[in-house]
Amino acid sequence: MNRKLLAVLILLLVACVLPFVISNYRVFQLTLVLVYAIALLGLNMLTGYNGQISLGHGAFYAIGAYCAAILMDKWGVPYWATLPVAGAVCLVVGFLFGLPALRLEGLYLALATFALGVSMPQLLKYHAIEEWTGGVQGIVILKPDPPAFLAGLGLNQDRWLYFFSLGVALLMFVLGRNLLHGRIGRAVIAIRDNPTAAQAMGVNNALYKSLTFGVSAMYTGIAGALGAIAVQFVAPDSFGIFLSLVFLIGIVVGGLASISGAIYGAFFIQFVPNIADAVSKAAPWAIFGLFLIAFVYLLPAGIAGGVQMARARFMRASSQSEAGGAKQPVTAKEGVS
Amino acid sequence: MSQAVLHQIFAGLATGGIYASLALALVMIYQATHLVNFAQGEMAMFCTYIAWSLLQTGMGYWPAFLLTVGFGFVLGVVIERVVIRPVERSSVLSVVVVFIGLLAILNSVAGWIYTYTIKPFPSPFPEALANPLMSPHELGSILVTLVVLVLLYAFFRFTPLGLAMRAAAQNPESSRLVGIRVGWMLALGWGLASAIGAVAGMMIAPVVYLDPNMMGGILLYAFAAALLGGIDNPGGAVLGGFIMGVLENLLGAFVIGNDLKLALALVLIVGVLVVRPSGLFGSVQVSRV
Amino acid sequence: MKRRLIPIAALLAAALASPAALAQKKYDPGASDNEIKIGNTNPYSGPASAYGTIGKTIAAYFNMLNSQGGINGRKISFISYDDGYSPPKTVEMARRLVEQDQVLFCFQTLGTPSNSAIHKYMNAKKVPQLFVATGATKWNDPKHYPWTMGWQPNYQTEGRIYAAHILKNTPNAKIGVLYQNDDYGKDVLKGLEDGLGEKGRKLIVKKVTYEVTDPTVDSQIIQLQGSGADVFVNITTPKFAAQAVRKVYDIGWKPVHYLNNVGASVGSVLKPAGFEKAVGIISTFYYKDYTDKQWQNDPAVKKWEAFMKQWYPQGNLADGSNMYGYSVARTLEVVLKQAGDNLTRENIMKQAASLKNVEIDTLLPGIKINTSATDFAPIEAMQLGRFNGTQYELFGDVIHTDKPQ
Repeated sequence: MNRKLLAVLILLLVACVLPFVISNYRVFQLTLVLVYAIALLGLNMLTGYNGQISLGHGAFYAIGAYCAAILMDKWGVPYWATLPVAGAVCLVVGFLFGLPALRLEGLYLALATFALGVSMPQLLKYHAIEEWTGGVQGIVILKPDPPAFLAGLGLNQDRWLYFFSLGVALLMFVLGRNLLHGRIGRAVIAIRDNPTAAQAMGVNNALYKSLTFGVSAMYTGIAGALGAIAVQFVAPDSFGIFLSLVFLIGIVVGGLASISGAIYGAFFIQFVPNIADAVSKAAPWAIFGLFLIAFVYLLPAGIAGGVQMARARFMRASSQSEAGGAKQPVTAKEGVS
Repeated sequence: MSQAVLHQIFAGLATGGIYASLALALVMIYQATHLVNFAQGEMAMFCTYIAWSLLQTGMGYWPAFLLTVGFGFVLGVVIERVVIRPVERSSVLSVVVVFIGLLAILNSVAGWIYTYTIKPFPSPFPEALANPLMSPHELGSILVTLVVLVLLYAFFRFTPLGLAMRAAAQNPESSRLVGIRVGWMLALGWGLASAIGAVAGMMIAPVVYLDPNMMGGILLYAFAAALLGGIDNPGGAVLGGFIMGVLENLLGAFVIGNDLKLALALVLIVGVLVVRPSGLFGSVQVSRV
Repeated sequence: MKRRLIPIAALLAAALASPAALAQKKYDPGASDNEIKIGNTNPYSGPASAYGTIGKTIAAYFNMLNSQGGINGRKISFISYDDGYSPPKTVEMARRLVEQDQVLFCFQTLGTPSNSAIHKYMNAKKVPQLFVATGATKWNDPKHYPWTMGWQPNYQTEGRIYAAHILKNTPNAKIGVLYQNDDYGKDVLKGLEDGLGEKGRKLIVKKVTYEVTDPTVDSQIIQLQGSGADVFVNITTPKFAAQAVRKVYDIGWKPVHYLNNVGASVGSVLKPAGFEKAVGIISTFYYKDYTDKQWQNDPAVKKWEAFMKQWYPQGNLADGSNMYGYSVARTLEVVLKQAGDNLTRENIMKQAASLKNVEIDTLLPGIKINTSATDFAPIEAMQLGRFNGTQYELFGDVIHTDKPQ
């Protein structure tokens, strides 16, 4: 346990030093990775842990982004204050969407969420709300400056936003970890694995499922708000259905029902399209598709599963040489629903 | 009924026929594998390009048609054997991601080979009977869809192979015990679905024109149509397609405007599914504890 | 050590030989004695990938120039990234171009939402966002955005041209409009409505939209026919334009049909729709259409054809985007030649803003490119044409929209 904590601390230290040694552009990319990691954690709660498939989480990301943009643009709300609002709005919307979704399972839920994802750009363009959303033109927002009391720390806008996102991400991950590893998390997973048994054990399936939907949407919405602040622009074209599919790709490649998987997935969806583009201008999607299939082949339990397996092997090797003690076996199929 | 409404209904039936034809391919793959293939539209698009290439060589329509259906079948079998087989035992979501990967590859490769400029695709039906309500091609392609439907129905109901396929999808373990080669049944299902998709593509392309992104919107409609009608019921899926087409047109023209017609149609469908979770004509699934 | 000394010595010698010449050479990041780095974003993947061919044509054009020795002895290195038509990706890629690749400027970044997303950034960084590939009107705003410039005639202008023609020829028209529900469609529509004026606006009896995810626009065409419109303004991209042309004919509706330039190509729209169904269609033009018979023996078009065959053989000759990319690359060539050895970002903008009567031979005869410190709209002229069943017959004068009519 201590070793794990140490690893996390070292990682954090690296994350804090990194922005001072790499270019601002790379800092911006890492900020996006943090943003995506929060969104993926949200989706993973719903799909990985609770077994409800969502093909439309881009919609919640969009709602969060527009909340931030509208609050900042129309009412001059400070950027940091938009995050709780975006989270709260998405929590409510997600919970309400989760209620009818209770009746839907598997494919039908996939369709309902897919429909949400497809409709969102069109709803954002709707002329009745154009005054707030900016219609097809979208909204341009200003990038926040580092706060005055931190002057002299060598922070510029990019570094500050990175640290701000890092803070938000840490908070969300710690909260998420406590939630998922506690009593609530066990109930959520039990519903996925055997709903009838969970119900019989006294879990209120309906309430838990809708709540999971709400919390999942909240995470993704906060990520959306953060993403909008980082990119400084929202428009309906930023939130097409492909965004939702990319999120799904992120959690599967990163590792279903795994907290660290959200981070691996975020790195994947941020950087692999760039690699694909570098390999071939003629058919970048073909390269991206090959990457997807290759990852699913080679790491069926996602990157997190692969890492865990590698670590288990390493531990076994070292413990065998030390004391020959047997470590608990690690299943490669973790999180497979 | 006013002329305008009638006209919209007929146009809706025509586009509904498009959704229905692809929905049939989705139902087929679902029957065989209990999965919905997101790459089905792109596979159909790719087959249609093959047909186009064949026609460019001067081949007649029907030989090209048959060859393309054959190509579609082989493409399906090969994809199942090479791409899907290795991930078959992974989670459903992993398979979905592989589908998305396939979709991206086929779309990108088609654009690379054939460019993104739209291409006209010929219709086998005579243009002579011009009719303001429905073009001969639209009528003809609805007919083709219905023929495919009847064939499919007969195949699953009456042929031993069809029965074996359904059994393999529903209960692979027991099927294996009674001697059904489950693996090949899956490949066969993929082949048939892909062949039906090829027919759909060749019927759709004359209407929407051939381009690599032609199936993007249609797949969503077909997916909705199949679920509305019942994903395990070919007849229901076709009916779902028609309902979708007509509903969308009427909503767009008379109720909410074109910009929100898709959103509203989807809301209504989800509403129906909430009340009837297995679709209008689907069979109710009972899960065993 | 020795190696490093040689160029320095050479430089010294050159400096001694002609101090004036050296003094003239001024470089910003991305420019040097032997290279000019140019950045670009294009949708090579995703739903708008049809436009990716523009980036490929431009890259091919610079490859050709480099093989001939480049511009003023400098090779062009054209760095183009895929943004999938997603604004957040465009922001990332623009930052990569500016901060990592250190390009001298960005050129032909494609798409209205994508360019909107980087508009502020490019201007804050004072890096030119030159000749963007979108027809939105907002790129012509030198006062607030002195580092951004468009190239093609803007969409509103085109809308106004149709309005003027309608008011002149069918003052009692009942107008039906079909437009794509995005910034481009709304921009053309705004031009049309502005051009019609307060009174004329009442002539519009029906406006309908479509989404790019719609399989067909048949339902919309039927709605327009049902409204009793006798003039049809068709603001659609190629695929939907072809569908609309066919449907209008098939249902026996016979309006005066105005088809916007984006969807007016003979080869990739009218031919798939069927020539006999397109007779009488009116559109506006600013560059020569290879698939239009009247240009097939035009020397400039022949030269383009030879270029395509040698340098971009995968490109589709019927696709107007390739002519567009070629023409805009040649406009940039003029700017860079004019800039000479003063390759600073400021001078690039200055030269781009001082084009005087520049003629690019793939544009229509009589169309000249003019810019100034207060006019950031290079092409502001178009000509109307009517399709006669085999080709567009251009009629009337070239309409200069920058001058009051």
